[in-house]
Amino acid sequence: MDDLMTFLAMGGYGVYVWPAYGLTALAFVGMLGWTVVTLKARRREEQGLAAAGRIRRGRREAES
Amino acid sequence: MTTARIPLLHRYANPAVFGRLASQVLPWTTGAAILLLALGLYFALFSSPPDYQQGNSVRIMYVHVPAAIMSEVVYGMMAAAAAAGIIWKHALADLFVKAAAPLGAAFTFICLVAGSLWGKPMWGAWWVWDARLTSELILFFLYLGYLALVDAFDDPQRGLKAGAILVLVGVVDLPIIKFSVDWWNTLHQPASLMTMAGPKVDPSMLLPLILMIGGFTAFFITVVMLRLESELLARRIRAWRTAAGDE
Amino acid sequence: MSAAFRLFRHDLKLQLRQGSDLIAPVAFFVLATLLVPLGVGPEPNLLTRLAPGMIWVTALLATLLALDRLFQRDFEDGTLDLLALSPMPLEMTVLTKVAAHWVTTGLPLLMAAPVLGLMLRLDPATYVTMEVSLLLGTPVLSMIGAFGAAVTLGARRGGALLALLVLPLYVPILIFATSAIGAAGEGLSARPHLLLLASFFVAGLVLVPFAAAAALRNALE
Repeated sequence: MDDLMTFLAMGGYGVYVWPAYGLTALAFVGMLGWTVVTLKARRREEQGLAAAGRIRRGRREAES
Repeated sequence: MTTARIPLLHRYANPAVFGRLASQVLPWTTGAAILLLALGLYFALFSSPPDYQQGNSVRIMYVHVPAAIMSEVVYGMMAAAAAAGIIWKHALADLFVKAAAPLGAAFTFICLVAGSLWGKPMWGAWWVWDARLTSELILFFLYLGYLALVDAFDDPQRGLKAGAILVLVGVVDLPIIKFSVDWWNTLHQPASLMTMAGPKVDPSMLLPLILMIGGFTAFFITVVMLRLESELLARRIRAWRTAAGDE
Repeated sequence: MSAAFRLFRHDLKLQLRQGSDLIAPVAFFVLATLLVPLGVGPEPNLLTRLAPGMIWVTALLATLLALDRLFQRDFEDGTLDLLALSPMPLEMTVLTKVAAHWVTTGLPLLMAAPVLGLMLRLDPATYVTMEVSLLLGTPVLSMIGAFGAAVTLGARRGGALLALLVLPLYVPILIFATSAIGAAGEGLSARPHLLLLASFFVAGLVLVPFAAAAALRNALE
């Protein structure tokens, strides 16, 4: 337990070291998360539009 | 008919083809990013000695320095891609600039905040008008300017081109800005200020630094590939929608 | 060359459609600078120290005022399309615009600056250096500003965006101009600083027209 506390204290610099690493972690997670969320949404939308396009095209070909 | 109306630009500008390429490369870069960042963190936080002058605050350097390097490397890559986009009209190049810019801005932000968190115990102030800090701050504003410009047009293609021109002008101006800030800083520098260069880097500190730089790079490549695929999809979605609207 | 001169007169007329267009930047320059003593107090030594920086910072901001309409009117009424098709290179068009902007903004600032210097107790030894720094620096501000105006042409929320793009690029001019005045105040030679400003002027003259013309072509496509 004491070992953990000395590690977290970082020789008195803990208040500076941990926010620096925390912010970096947050920024990394943010970059990745934002990218993946928009990517997934766009993949879904593109598939939906492509399917709709195929249906429209199919219908028109059937009509002509 | 819809696919034919999308201009045939380049093989990799096709989301499907690019997706296949990405799916071959991504597992490797993702693995490298996880491995290097995990190892780097282990050495940065546990298995490296505190600096004899800076104590444990030196550990901030293991995120600050890689972020600083990435902030400049990413801008350089954006400039190279912008030039390629203007010269060869490669469709992927302009999109790369847009995909990379938020990441570069994030690295710059990490660099600034981590530097400020290191400066408080070492320099006794959150912000010091040090030459490197100042030019990094201006770099941050160049990133923000690009991000604001690229989204300010109704026609996304026009935004990409305007942004590419801005990035190229920025890369010409950046050395001049750095030079001017150095000049300004030597004029105003209080003599007692400790410089960032500090003592020579010990091998025990070099290892976590190199691992972290590698990890940041692998992470950047991974995320920028995903963002590129995302941008290509957005372009294709727009093409679908325009085609649907035409009917 | 006479075509370029006619275009310059056209640009000048555009910039000066209302008489207030000439007054606004200078009025802003004077007013913004005079707000500083009201903010920090009238202590003479402090003002002398702050004067060069204050004058230059407000000059930077004043040049922003007329920028967003530099190409806007010609863009909206189609004149710019005709200019792009005309035998005169678009790069030359950019230069006439820069010249018109400088004559209507930089030159009035140059004339107002000594008066401001008096009111801010600028070191008397530095007047000439300040004027030379403005003479060399403000045209570069007009050039960088013209690039900013060209690259944001057709964009939404032009004004604030323009300031965000242009101000970081202004940094070197501000630094070398104020350090020239600082050097003159300490009795040192201001020559190296002024020569650097002059080199920016020449470099800008060569590079800016191409960058701005490329941006204009993108907006006109």
